Amino acid sequence: MSGQQTSDMLAPPVPEFRPGTSDAEIEAAAARAERKRRLTVRFWQVLLLVVLLGGWEVLARAKIIDVFFFSSPSAIAERLVQWITQGADGTPLWFHVWVTIEEALLGFFSGFILGILAGVALGRNRMASDVLTIYIKVFNSVPRVVLAPIFILLFGLGLTSKVALSFVMVFFIVFSNAFQGVREADRALIANARILGASKWQLTRSVIVPSAMSWIFASLHVSFGFAIVGAIVGEFVGARHGIGVLIQIAGGAFDTAGMYAAIVIIMVVALVAEYAVTILENRLAKWRPVPLPDTQ
Amino acid sequence: MTERNAAPSSPSAPAGARAPAIELIRVNRRFVTPDGKSMTALRDFTMTVDDGEFVAVVGPTGCGKSTTLNLITGLDRPSGGEVRLYGNPVDGIDPRIGFVFQTDALFPWRNVIDNVVAGPLFREKDRSEAYALARRWLARVKLSGHETKYPHQLSGGMRKRVALAQTFINEPRILLMDEPFSALDVQTRVLMHEALLALWSESGASVVFVTHDLEEAITLADKVYVLTAGPATVKSVYRIELPRPRVAAEIRYQQDFIDISHTIWNDLRDEVMKGAARSEAAA
Repeated sequence: MSGQQTSDMLAPPVPEFRPGTSDAEIEAAAARAERKRRLTVRFWQVLLLVVLLGGWEVLARAKIIDVFFFSSPSAIAERLVQWITQGADGTPLWFHVWVTIEEALLGFFSGFILGILAGVALGRNRMASDVLTIYIKVFNSVPRVVLAPIFILLFGLGLTSKVALSFVMVFFIVFSNAFQGVREADRALIANARILGASKWQLTRSVIVPSAMSWIFASLHVSFGFAIVGAIVGEFVGARHGIGVLIQIAGGAFDTAGMYAAIVIIMVVALVAEYAVTILENRLAKWRPVPLPDTQ
Repeated sequence: MTERNAAPSSPSAPAGARAPAIELIRVNRRFVTPDGKSMTALRDFTMTVDDGEFVAVVGPTGCGKSTTLNLITGLDRPSGGEVRLYGNPVDGIDPRIGFVFQTDALFPWRNVIDNVVAGPLFREKDRSEAYALARRWLARVKLSGHETKYPHQLSGGMRKRVALAQTFINEPRILLMDEPFSALDVQTRVLMHEALLALWSESGASVVFVTHDLEEAITLADKVYVLTAGPATVKSVYRIELPRPRVAAEIRYQQDFIDISHTIWNDLRDEVMKGAARSEAAA
């Protein structure tokens, strides 16, 4: 197969072409292996879920674990279906869910926007930040949940008190990340922008904020979780509607299936939110290097 | 002195009648180190760059070469002495200055063309005009077709060419370069020298090129300043009489190049030894 007859005295023998070593074949084999690996991962994931839920159900039915405390998957599913079809606590389920989501979203966005504004402003002003750092530390040391009763007193049982609690949960996380991001902005980039002709405002808008963005985004996943926590804790302390109220009522009635069902609903909400945040992040950060596929 | 203050925008004036593009006159620069001690980076530093001249500054690592550039940009102020641009003292960042950094100073969240267009847009040029201009400059650094790529998708040499386009699009009269090619491999660096010389000869800008690579300095410059180990002051100045246009890829093998480089190296070597001994003692 070599075709080079002239140097057959000196050159080592050209190895025979082996089938299965062409580029196309190697690529096809790699694609096959990748598909197979993904299927294997999915298989084990599903199997694990089946084993866990099935085990729970079997143990509950065999009375090895106490259904009073641990309920069972079938009872939880039943309760979910009942809530979806007949409503919970005399109100349609979707309304409870919507109340909690609304509180969390409002708290999240207000905390997010004000957190960025405050973080960037303070990060850009060394004097103000040196003066205020100590107070921020003091406020930040207050566990947010202890504010819940105060907010209920201040703002009543309605929406506002939960939004306020969500807000303080989110604000400090975003604020400290934005502040740090501004402080860590690359000095060479700042110098470059200034020499290229950027005014102070242009510098903030086109260098400082974008370079702080990766810090801010790192806080995004955590802070939406905290927004939901704020809303639900607020509902525990006092509310008329919301998932937190459902848990409260179920707990008061020793209805463990109801408590777990409410937790399942919160999980779904949190996962959807997480997914939305990831999509948003990918859209806004498309300039970042894609991690190598081998490093997962 | 004052009657030499020629207006900066009179390119037709004879060279002798005009103030030099850059003058550093007996400049001192002291810093306060993080532990509160005062440290002298530049001492009694005097340098002149004529209009359209290419000056290279070589010196041992950490001797204060970059400080000179920061003083010229106005990002930093001298503790003593004076820095002048076209006869006028430096006051803030001069719009006639362009700066190419040692590290990657491209905005990583902007694609290639948005990086190049940054300067004109900061200077409030019309958007479509600015983009048309950016496209022309990308063509000149041979990066047409890469407009929508992000810096992390480019090679080191391509990133540097974007940086050159980003700087040259502002048509700087004064070009400051702080070891711009030191992170590149030797072959890419030669290509960058070619690109830089081509852009520079068309622009007619005055250049201060800081480097620790003596051969790079001789290849590019009209005049080479050798600095002492810190605190930096000018040890000697060499005029490089090699004819232009120069071929960066070939010039280092010419006998006259080798002679010049040998002469300057004999001068620079002592300072390099001193600088190295000092930084090892401090380590």
